[in-house]
Amino acid sequence: MTPNTSPQHIWKPTPPAGDNEAFTAPHTSATVAPPVKISVRNLNFHYGRFHALKDISIDIPEKRVTAFIGPSGCGKSTLLRTFNRMFEIYPEQRADGQILVDGANILDSREDIARIRARIGMVFQKPTPFPMSIYENIAFGIRLYERLQKSEMDARVEQCLARAALWDEVKDKLHQSGTSLSGGQQQRLCIARAVAIKPEVILLDEPCSALDPISTARVEELLKELVREYTVVIVTHNMQQAARASDFTAFMYLGELVEFGNTPTIFTRPSRQQTEDYITGRFG
Amino acid sequence: MHDMKAPGTAIAELNGNASTGTRARFPVDFLFRKLTGAVALLVALTLLAIMFALVDEGSHALHVFGWHFLVTTTWNPVTGQFGALVFIVGTLISSAIAMLIAIPVSFGIALFISELAPRWLRGPVSTAIELLAAVPSIIYGMWGLLVFAPWFGNIEPWINDHIGAIPGIGLLFQGPPMGIGMLTAGIVLAIMVIPFIASIMRDVFMITPAPLKESAYALGATTWEVARHVILPYTRTAVTGGIFLGLGRALGETMAVTFIIGNANNLSASLLMPGSSIASVIANEFTEATTHLYKSSLLALGLILFLITFVVLVFAKLLLLRLERDAGGKA
Repeated sequence: MTPNTSPQHIWKPTPPAGDNEAFTAPHTSATVAPPVKISVRNLNFHYGRFHALKDISIDIPEKRVTAFIGPSGCGKSTLLRTFNRMFEIYPEQRADGQILVDGANILDSREDIARIRARIGMVFQKPTPFPMSIYENIAFGIRLYERLQKSEMDARVEQCLARAALWDEVKDKLHQSGTSLSGGQQQRLCIARAVAIKPEVILLDEPCSALDPISTARVEELLKELVREYTVVIVTHNMQQAARASDFTAFMYLGELVEFGNTPTIFTRPSRQQTEDYITGRFG
Repeated sequence: MHDMKAPGTAIAELNGNASTGTRARFPVDFLFRKLTGAVALLVALTLLAIMFALVDEGSHALHVFGWHFLVTTTWNPVTGQFGALVFIVGTLISSAIAMLIAIPVSFGIALFISELAPRWLRGPVSTAIELLAAVPSIIYGMWGLLVFAPWFGNIEPWINDHIGAIPGIGLLFQGPPMGIGMLTAGIVLAIMVIPFIASIMRDVFMITPAPLKESAYALGATTWEVARHVILPYTRTAVTGGIFLGLGRALGETMAVTFIIGNANNLSASLLMPGSSIASVIANEFTEATTHLYKSSLLALGLILFLITFVVLVFAKLLLLRLERDAGGKA
């Protein structure tokens, strides 16, 4: 894993053992807290009778990478899936509370669901290329919102694939099936597809759990590029990934948000015993 | 050393047992393999035997009339003039009407069950569809003749007045409001094949991976867009298979069609007019086929139906191959 070299990033979480001061210094002293993009207030979530999220309140900062960590079943993916109301396609799932994106509550049913999902893109655990060509995988989402000339569409597809660091690998086989790519390439295709409709937020639900270490590294590098323009929220099982790739980390346990803070603090000086037990591998 | 040796010996013994076991089972296995092979071969032999019988029995008519048999509309047992065109057209048109209705309806049913219906409704609707498939075709025939056709006869004047008045396409919807006829047969056939197509579509829609659907929903796609651009392409092989299964059934359906198609031996442009299908004319006239030529002509009709079904299947296979190639499977 090569540490990020671009200077505009605040966090360079290369974890040297023992040197705790280096982690907290930049954020608390040198920079102002970033503006809030998603503000969750008193969110409760039910799968049928199961109470999966308990009174969650959290502020997701704009144009930063926020990671949700915690043991399986803690509700981190559930929380992520409320941000684009993905749970709504399943009738037995229900969310109460407020999720304010730029101050507007998206749980309010008057909001147009397609518009919300256009603003808040999502990448899933397993790569999910659509059963169509690489080109069409990108163009599909764009066509839902825009009527483009062939040449404009070509340019847009190239731009999206380039942004997902995939263009050079696929430019000669744009019309082959998306499923013909390797797992890592497929996942970057899915990221390109999410970026194609110009969202403001990108949600990633364990995007690297099906990938090998090299593909994982490429996706993490990509996150560092994306966060210049987008608010990124990532759910991960992998604590090293959260430490490497995120600016802020939320630790969840049994449907509750235990602790939320900037990543170096969470990983070096957690204020809650549960967080410390989890990140030091004592449970979870 | 003793400890090391013991497991090794045990493994050797296990291997020995396994190999003697295989040897002991060998004749049984051999017999089993031959038996399954023989059963499978029997299917192919039956197919060939049927083919041979049809060709053999029908050859007299084909010899007498030549290829004119396929393009002549005359079917006159009294003068001994036989042509198959009316029945070929009847079979194709009634099946085409059936598929035209059944495919979109089945798609809607399958989509409703797999994507839209609340969980408690899925089971009852699915069961109802499957029960529809279990209804014997004679029941559909009786229902079609005694219930549906009279009712349909009442709305046919409306069809005459409104759709029949449209230039061009109106030609298809003119004629006396009898209730029975090509259109009625097509509609009843549609009802009969819907369970087959719908249950296959439902099954494959249900196994479309949830993350794949969610990915499309996550882009802001509507249920229709997800179904049209993601679910349908993902399941196209099985969906095409289901459609052709339904088509195969529609082409060969005999009893229900015989009841309601009207059994007229002439060709008409109007779908409201009575007609005949290959299966219905065979069912109707087999007992009356007194002359050798008459009987041979009916069997030649059977051969044609057999070939049509065969061509449909081959066409389905080719279509699937093309779909797979277009999807970029060649990568």
